[in-house]
Amino acid sequence: MTHRMIAATLALIGFFVSLYLSLWKLGLMGMMACGTGSCERVQLSPYAYLFGIPVAFFGVVGYLAIFGVSILGLQPRFANERWVVAALIAVTGAGVAFTGYLSYLEAFIIDAWCRWCLISAALILGTFISSLFGLKTPATQRDAPATV
Amino acid sequence: MAGMKGFYLGLAVIAVVGSGALWVTQRNAASTVPVGPIPMDAIAAARDFPGHVLGRDDAPVTVIEYADFQCPGCKMAWLLTVQDVKDRLVADGTVRFIFRDFPLDMHNNARPAHHAAACADEQGQFWAMHDQLFANQDGWSVTGAPERMFRDYAEGIGLDTERYDACMAEGRYRGRIQASYDSGVELGVSSTPTMIVGNSIYSSLTYDQLKGVVDSLIASTS
Repeated sequence: MTHRMIAATLALIGFFVSLYLSLWKLGLMGMMACGTGSCERVQLSPYAYLFGIPVAFFGVVGYLAIFGVSILGLQPRFANERWVVAALIAVTGAGVAFTGYLSYLEAFIIDAWCRWCLISAALILGTFISSLFGLKTPATQRDAPATV
Repeated sequence: MAGMKGFYLGLAVIAVVGSGALWVTQRNAASTVPVGPIPMDAIAAARDFPGHVLGRDDAPVTVIEYADFQCPGCKMAWLLTVQDVKDRLVADGTVRFIFRDFPLDMHNNARPAHHAAACADEQGQFWAMHDQLFANQDGWSVTGAPERMFRDYAEGIGLDTERYDACMAEGRYRGRIQASYDSGVELGVSSTPTMIVGNSIYSSLTYDQLKGVVDSLIASTS
């Protein structure tokens, strides 16, 4: 179950990173704390929106979903459920794919990197890798009826 | 079970630290200059702004400085180079000097400072505010509410403070400042101060070095 703890922890951190970027997008956070990166250039580009919604909002929802499923998967009642493994891999996999697309935009289209986006990319990759460890759990253990 | 308790305690710590950081950031963001995303059309509309110009249009050499009011190196350049350029080369008609905004993201108070200068420019006092900002950089650059100090400077240089306040509150020149920054990025500016003399770009120049470049440019064209 350690991998779900890791996924939940990384997702919670990612949630706050996405929330910060979302609140900044709403004009509530002042100037972006970015160090030497080009966060504002990335965040103010047309690619910072998808279907008219700031991409950071997708991060907030995605990380919340990963956090929720991970915490659920840690409860004795759901610990051995196959769907928890599948759901975690599906959500984190979608997150990795989406992040890959955003990183491609940063590298080749916008030609600038946002430090917060890189942190988020590392976090979502971490949740995905930890979710894959769910596959290593012995089938007998996964299939065993939950008992208390 | 002890492990799970520690895990949930860790999550609670992350939640408290994350919420606290967001709260503090939001609280410190209180500013008389609007913050957050700048509309793209406001930036596009300001692309033709040439910068803050000193000197004759027909001066043989143009010197463009990309600077950040909060950058210590820019303050040094103001003290050791720019003042002499204005007093000597601009005054004798040799140089047309252009200041362009290049507020770095690493400097939290830089954009409000550049905006204060732009609002002073609206009343024909850009260079007076420019000098105030560099002269007092050590003070306002370390405060959480620099706008109060900028307003003192505005009052000190004789601005109509009502107009100045309205300009700051509206964030009227945020797009123009961003457009200036973008123009620098397009030219390859990545640090401040950066000076462009003729077709060459320099990270920093002393007055003597700049004078040498200006002289050689004039010699090559005459």
